[in-house]
Amino acid sequence: MGTLRESLGERLRRSPLVLPAAALLVLLLVNVVVTPGFLALRVVDGHLFGSVVDILKNGAPTALIALGMTLVVATRGIDLSVGATVAIAGSVACTWIAGASDPTDPGTALVGIVLALGLALVLGAWNGLLVAAFGIQPIIATLVLMTAGRGLAMLITDGQIITVANPLFAELGGGFLLGLPVAVVVAAVMFAAVALLTRRTALGLLIESVGVNPTASRLSGVRARGIVWGGYVFAALCAGVAGLMISSNVTAADANNAGLWIELDAILAVVIGGTLLTGGRYSIGGTLLGALILQTLTTTVYTAGIPPEVSLVFKAAVIIVVFLLQAEKVRALLHRRRPVGERVATP
Amino acid sequence: MSTLTSRRMLLGRIAAAAVLATALAACGSAPTPAAPGGAAGGDGKLVMGFSQVGAESGWRTANTKSVQESAAAAGVELKFSDAQQKQENQIKAIRSYIQQKVDIIAFSPVVETGWDAVLQEAKRANIPVILTDRAVDSPDTSLYKTFLGSDFVVEGTKAGEWLVAQYQGAAAAPVAVVELQGTTGAAPAIDRKEGFAKAIAANPSISVVASQTGDFTRSGGKQVMEAFLKSQPKIDVVYAHNDDMALGAIEAIEAAGKVPGKDIKIISVDAVKDGMTALSQGKINFIVECNPLLGPQLMDLAKKVHAGEQVPARVLTEETTFDQSQATAALPERKY
Repeated sequence: MGTLRESLGERLRRSPLVLPAAALLVLLLVNVVVTPGFLALRVVDGHLFGSVVDILKNGAPTALIALGMTLVVATRGIDLSVGATVAIAGSVACTWIAGASDPTDPGTALVGIVLALGLALVLGAWNGLLVAAFGIQPIIATLVLMTAGRGLAMLITDGQIITVANPLFAELGGGFLLGLPVAVVVAAVMFAAVALLTRRTALGLLIESVGVNPTASRLSGVRARGIVWGGYVFAALCAGVAGLMISSNVTAADANNAGLWIELDAILAVVIGGTLLTGGRYSIGGTLLGALILQTLTTTVYTAGIPPEVSLVFKAAVIIVVFLLQAEKVRALLHRRRPVGERVATP
Repeated sequence: MSTLTSRRMLLGRIAAAAVLATALAACGSAPTPAAPGGAAGGDGKLVMGFSQVGAESGWRTANTKSVQESAAAAGVELKFSDAQQKQENQIKAIRSYIQQKVDIIAFSPVVETGWDAVLQEAKRANIPVILTDRAVDSPDTSLYKTFLGSDFVVEGTKAGEWLVAQYQGAAAAPVAVVELQGTTGAAPAIDRKEGFAKAIAANPSISVVASQTGDFTRSGGKQVMEAFLKSQPKIDVVYAHNDDMALGAIEAIEAAGKVPGKDIKIISVDAVKDGMTALSQGKINFIVECNPLLGPQLMDLAKKVHAGEQVPARVLTEETTFDQSQATAALPERKY
């Protein structure tokens, strides 16, 4: 046993959150150097205004989807259909509102939101049914809805972009609560709820045990199927909320483009956050950091004026560096370079 | 102009089935003599085979409707097929039109290359071909009579010329323009950027200070504009490569506490209904039309080609531009 300071240093070094957090800090620093006023916040029309607010607001949908994805991945699964669910949720809500007798009525918006989230839950239950009850491989089971779901969204919107002018609906993605974007508040509440529920109860442990060994978990009395099923339902709910945020942000449903490839961003955020795709150990805080890194990268491309022709290469390069730093072998190499005296004995 | 959907596939299949049905009916009823360039329909009507790309956007849907309606109005018998964005479907459709001995074939190529063989067959069968909306890339220009479609460079130029005219004679204070580009690498994005850049070169005080892709989508336009509003000290004008990105930019500008159309001028391309609505509300200042309604021009060209008249190798779609009052006037009749 070392002293408290040593063990803290050791814990920090081994914590999966340190690297993503450092990467985020470096990215923010780069931005401050390139655009000096990057972190500046001011109040415009009674709400906060600044690049950081943009990152949080535009990153909220991806972060939410990644939150649901974390729990699915923790149970050895994956959900490719969340992007399609985003498109469906936005399409249902906007089509309902646009078709109502009074499209500006708050009640209409609420019914549209409830309908969209209800449908999202049904879609999640479908995924869960395929995976948990029928034992279909998650990547194939959710691929069904990924392909068919966007078609369903097009069916709902008739292939057109549905524009709505409902003040209450516009609040969800573009409005502000206590000076903060509503989307950020909603995402923060959901993150906090999941963190509390999984870390202060046995649920988190059960999820990890199912991810580590489903059979052993089942034999020791864990309702593995129910937990896996619940993961997909929750992931679809997160995607539904994200879909409402995305369509509300532009007060329109675009079935073609809303949530396109967002499932890949979400999986990337989960992996950057240190959750293994093989299931088991997961990190909700890591996922949040991962999603923020991705959004900060996008915002960096826009504010730093990186030409669109090279922006994808830039993003890829940053992500490769983050992954390399996380790789066990590379970390071991870096540690070996340190002076001997500073090294802490590892078990 | 991007993804294909199952609903569209279904519609496409119904359309394809309809084409097949008419084809069968034609075979069953009256096998017509193969007079070179002669009419296939027994009633002397001009018969046109039209192969559409698909139905991937509202623009494309309006385009299809225009072709169908103007064919009916011009007394042209139209055999329509939807290729569901697949080249092999288009090649099949064109071959079936050749077998049916239609008078003229028109199509919007899904991709630019790979058309030489099937167009050779059409040429040998003496059936003239008209390209619409998109071009083919072939060294042999004798394979088609003419290409009817928009010139994206001209669209960009019109946008730039309007801006130059706005600041004509004004003091030489610098005018900062931010550009919301279309999907990187797409022809409309490349050409609209090029045309605009050339036009604004006429006034050295106008310059593009930032240019990013918004992927032709509203949320893309909004996110990029949000970032520009923070990173650029002064923005006078937004030039968006389509209406959707302009609509996203409007929301970003409003959230920044500024008035779109006044504090920051907005220029856009397309003139779809939502864009025109924003223009008439004063939130956009100027829209260059990209017209999907090329049906009447197509029928006109088809008749000329059929009559053996010379037509130019490149025909531009009739396109106009809209300022705010023109938009208000045109809005009630806007179909798409």
